[in-house]
Amino acid sequence: MAQVNWTYTDKVKEHFMNPKNILMDEDNYQEDGKGIAGNVKCGDEMIVVIKVDKEKMIINDCKWKTFGCASAIASTSALSEMVKGIKLDDAFNLSAKDINKELGGLPDHKVHCSVLGDKALRMAINDYYMRNGMEDKVKREEQRVVCKCMNVTDQEIEHAVLEGARTFYELQEMTKVGTGCGECHEEVTQLLETYKEKHFCQV
Amino acid sequence: MPERLVYMDNNATTPLHPEVKKVMIDAMGLFGNPSSLHGPGREARQLVEAAREKVASFIGASPEEVMFVGSGSEANNTVLSALSCQRERCKYHHEGLHEIITTTIEHPCVLETSKCLQERGVKVSYLDVDRYGKVNVEQLQEGVTDRTGLVSVMMANNEIGTIQDIKKIAEIVHQQGVLFHTDAVQAVGKIPVDVQELGVDFLTLSGHKIYGPKGIGALYVRKGAPFCPLIRGGHQERGRRAGTENTLGIIGFGKAIEMRSQEMEAEEKRLLKLKATLRKGIEERIPDMQFIGHPTDCLPGTLNVSFDGAEGEAIILYLDLEGIAVSTGSACASGSLDPSHVILAIGLPAECAHGSIRISLGRENTMEEVEYMIDTLPLVIGKIRDMSTVYKRRQ
Repeated sequence: MAQVNWTYTDKVKEHFMNPKNILMDEDNYQEDGKGIAGNVKCGDEMIVVIKVDKEKMIINDCKWKTFGCASAIASTSALSEMVKGIKLDDAFNLSAKDINKELGGLPDHKVHCSVLGDKALRMAINDYYMRNGMEDKVKREEQRVVCKCMNVTDQEIEHAVLEGARTFYELQEMTKVGTGCGECHEEVTQLLETYKEKHFCQV
Repeated sequence: MPERLVYMDNNATTPLHPEVKKVMIDAMGLFGNPSSLHGPGREARQLVEAAREKVASFIGASPEEVMFVGSGSEANNTVLSALSCQRERCKYHHEGLHEIITTTIEHPCVLETSKCLQERGVKVSYLDVDRYGKVNVEQLQEGVTDRTGLVSVMMANNEIGTIQDIKKIAEIVHQQGVLFHTDAVQAVGKIPVDVQELGVDFLTLSGHKIYGPKGIGALYVRKGAPFCPLIRGGHQERGRRAGTENTLGIIGFGKAIEMRSQEMEAEEKRLLKLKATLRKGIEERIPDMQFIGHPTDCLPGTLNVSFDGAEGEAIILYLDLEGIAVSTGSACASGSLDPSHVILAIGLPAECAHGSIRISLGRENTMEEVEYMIDTLPLVIGKIRDMSTVYKRRQ
């Protein structure tokens, strides 16, 4: 049989074959912060735990577990390596796109699966702040209603982009956004571009 | 890619039978248009008609009841789309039969066409299935009315292999004087299929699931059954499907069917034995798993299984790295993120639908390959469960 390329890059494949920093002994791991994102019903779930150097506010260790596909496994494995030794603030600002770059790119329809790791990481960082009396540092992911007629939020639009919407029309099909008075058209178009830019590497 | 390739995804497609390959290579030089009156045309026509006879006799039909189409999907689209026909002469339109009954576990080409028909004003209802994937016959009995134009129920399911009692279903449908179609793409060539015996009006079959070429399928249309073409133009296929015949595909398809008629019976027995070994091996060596589909009324080579706490795509890709090709019930890897509609329909939770794999054995699989699978699968599942959020090792 001829040599056939794998669906994913070599880097993804390496992380998938030999995932780094798996949380093997959940019960005895003394984490400083823990985040759980996604849920099994939707097909993927992620747990990320961190240990923090409290003096320097640096992540010392990061471990994870998942019920997820190859992209979720590889991207969280990569993420867990990337965040070790970096400041909490910097880790918080890592995006799926940064991980994606590290991995050399994922197929568009799999980007959705890779955002789970960094989401769980942000939850773990917030959890650390909560446990240590630093509620003021907790950053919440707020949602805002963009389309008032159909009650569609910016988060739903982001989700739809991750699910594959690339045009205003596709967003409308998936979320019904802008199918009422149409006043939000311009803002939705801007959000669409923002989220496309945020999650997908332009190749 | 590893050196070894253990292909256990025969419900997706199959390799060409060596005999099929041979006749297709021989036919490669055949270029005549079967509609032409001259020598090259007549030669092509002869071969096309010989293939038609093979297909027809294999399913108990007469040749003029078999039309060649581009795929199983096209055949299904053709039959269903007629329900939205607006031509005065059309039986469905003329008699106001704009209702269709199908099931929740059909192939996407039936479900998507049904959805499209709904938008064009056709009423579509979906029969439920039980936990094994068997159609609810009582619901069918109550559902068929004098406004129903067509009932379409697949003969064997592509994901879980469950075989329906098509003869009984067709009888119920015919008692109400309604037409009946079955998508038998996964059934023909794997289990005995006889259109007379089953009493169907339309039946879909395909070439590449039974060691024939891709891009060729056939539709059985019972003599006298109403018909509206999907593709219009020339008079090919008795005016039912325009477009110059795919001669090479048809010749390969005919040979594939001929080989099936010789090999199917013995192979069915052999596959059942392989599957029993596989089943036993998986059951013995992997805890917390369940087989999905009907335990006995199932395609001989199909085995669908889900493992607690293990996600399907990850299983597929770890197996791929070990040289084993199987597929997920869910279409996650192929672009859609939705869980398998079939596994949801039989009432299993979404995590099962996200975590099941379909192993489909075929004529090239050996006992040695099955043993390799039995040795490899526990390692893969163990690895995934070690990193799973939902699987706690029970020690």
